[in-house]
Amino acid sequence: MKKRMIGLALGVVTAAAMCMTANADELIKVGIINNDPNESGYRTANVKDLEQAFSEENGFEAKTFYSLNNDEQIDAAKQMLQDGVDYLLLSAAATTGWDTVLQDAQTEGVDVILFDRTIDADESLYVAAVVSDMPKEGETAVAWLESQGLDAYNIIHIQGTMGSAAQVGRSGALDQKVADNDNWNIVVQQTADWNPETAQQIVQSVIASGDEFNVIYAENDDMAKGAVKALDDAGISHGVGKDVIVMGFDCNKWALRELQAGNWNYDGQCNPFQSQYLIDIINKLEAGEEITEKTIYLEEQGFDATTITDEDIENFGIGEDATEEAETEAETTAAE
Amino acid sequence: MSDTKKKTDAAGFFTKLVRNQIFIPLAALLLLVIVNLIAGPSFFKITYSANNAGDMIFSGYPISILNFGSELAILAIGMTLVTAASGGQDISVGSAIAIAGSVILRVLCGNAGSHPATMQAPIIVAFLIGCVVAMLFGAFNGILVAYFRIQPMVATLILYTAGRSIAAWINNNELPIISEPEFAYFGGFIPGIPIPVPIFIAAICMIVMALVLKFTTLGLYTQAVGINEKSARLNGLNPTFIKFLSFVILGLCVAVAGFIKVSRLSTINYSVIAKDIEMDAILAVALGGNALSGGKFSMVSSILGAYVIQFLTQTLYRFKVSSDALPAYKAVVVIILVVASAPTVREKISSLWKNRKAHAKEVG
Repeated sequence: MKKRMIGLALGVVTAAAMCMTANADELIKVGIINNDPNESGYRTANVKDLEQAFSEENGFEAKTFYSLNNDEQIDAAKQMLQDGVDYLLLSAAATTGWDTVLQDAQTEGVDVILFDRTIDADESLYVAAVVSDMPKEGETAVAWLESQGLDAYNIIHIQGTMGSAAQVGRSGALDQKVADNDNWNIVVQQTADWNPETAQQIVQSVIASGDEFNVIYAENDDMAKGAVKALDDAGISHGVGKDVIVMGFDCNKWALRELQAGNWNYDGQCNPFQSQYLIDIINKLEAGEEITEKTIYLEEQGFDATTITDEDIENFGIGEDATEEAETEAETTAAE
Repeated sequence: MSDTKKKTDAAGFFTKLVRNQIFIPLAALLLLVIVNLIAGPSFFKITYSANNAGDMIFSGYPISILNFGSELAILAIGMTLVTAASGGQDISVGSAIAIAGSVILRVLCGNAGSHPATMQAPIIVAFLIGCVVAMLFGAFNGILVAYFRIQPMVATLILYTAGRSIAAWINNNELPIISEPEFAYFGGFIPGIPIPVPIFIAAICMIVMALVLKFTTLGLYTQAVGINEKSARLNGLNPTFIKFLSFVILGLCVAVAGFIKVSRLSTINYSVIAKDIEMDAILAVALGGNALSGGKFSMVSSILGAYVIQFLTQTLYRFKVSSDALPAYKAVVVIILVVASAPTVREKISSLWKNRKAHAKEVG
């Protein structure tokens, strides 16, 4: 009796599930595997952008899975393939271990598009990869720094977690420049593991040692913030037209506001708004077109404190904006 | 005659010192001081100058060490008690700091979004709520360890894994920023007082713990439970409750440390805040010569151990050790210190000393 009840219940559930799939037939089914949105403000913006773009109103039925664990991601990908998706969008936590899953996808005719991060797998296993050009981010930043025309560059270089794509790319251009030019010196080159507090300690240590420096090249905004805190404590001026040039990456809105206030000098973009690129690719594939380029680089730029505008902050900043909210709050208080 | 007596006294003192638990962290501290002195005495220079806000403050390596060692010292207090009572360690303190910090910021933000122009609650209220939440999570760990008798490391693994996600969930995945300068006082400077506030907070925690250990039976009971749970119970103690209590006290330490951490930068990054601090806290306890299997403990040694770890970090920054090599250097130093602080090695050293003395006497 009990067994029959369970069977009945299962039947009802399956029927209901079938109804739902029938309704969603005309939607394009995508499976999105991404890293945990808590990883950083960048990731939060990335996840939000994708969730908004792959909505039912836009003609998509999206299954999402977020984890920083590569194995969990692989399991989720297998599950998604079993459930049946048309496209698999993947930002892998680690570069290895994906071959089998991607081969399965290929035999089942599921197109795989990588975004944000590449993997160590044969190019034939995915349709395209939409990624940031990290070395170019570094080159843009270094070119900007060169354009400042200082007599001597004495740089505190605060690196991200060693070996990460962002660290390797953003360090590369600077290392090259320092090796090629006599008036470019590294005062200290140290990893702060993306941690603002560690960055603060590193800069504090340089200040206490009495070494001269006039540039802080921090590989993300958080670390630049920590570095600036150390400068503030030591009474060293920083920003536009001051003693020390401050450079950050990622373009958080709060960081761009620091630029606007003239406290920092430069912020390099790392573009989390990738959905449009992905939708373009899917539309092409749906229309039967071939994707010729395997690697598609996101457009990214750097912002200078002297030229940045409110529009730039609105369009390219990530995360929440402080000033705007303060304004709206002031407005509501005024209205009251 | 009196000369030889003095010598034996000195030898006796030395043997005592080597046997004393505090010897290893003290020796490590002394070694670091000497290494830094040889490299140049500027390490110990303290300057008194104005910061960008126009207030006069002290700065220099010694201040940095005391300042940034604060959170670790506070955690070492709680971790020592947990280690002594349960014979295991809590590996969730880093994640729990993220939770406590997140709660504090959540309360301060109220309903005004994640970047409020003004704080929506008094700081003290936010701090107290943070304390309650952190103690609840401590209690959760404590219940698993004390009542369900799960290995502490396994029990706290749950919160270690889930904690940072919980912290992010508390603030709806936003990264709150408090722009009012008052909030930054607790991780920085109060205008007019030239010493970093975290140093005061750490000192208060130490004084409170010292008073508790002096005027209550907490220390005695904790050691009794750690040394032999059965005989402690036969003597009328409640081992379950004492283990549980140690985790709740650690929760309180976590809240204080989390408060300093979020105040330092007036914001939080869930994946980065207090990363790997649990390992440093356990290391502080080990460096202090405390048996990681529980029992007798020395609070002073643990706290000193915490500052030694910060001293080491600062020294490595000073010598500009390259990023790739930093963990390796740290690992080597840690191995030496931990091996030297192992009870068996200390026993050996002191017996060697005795033999040498006996040998010297024979020759004499």
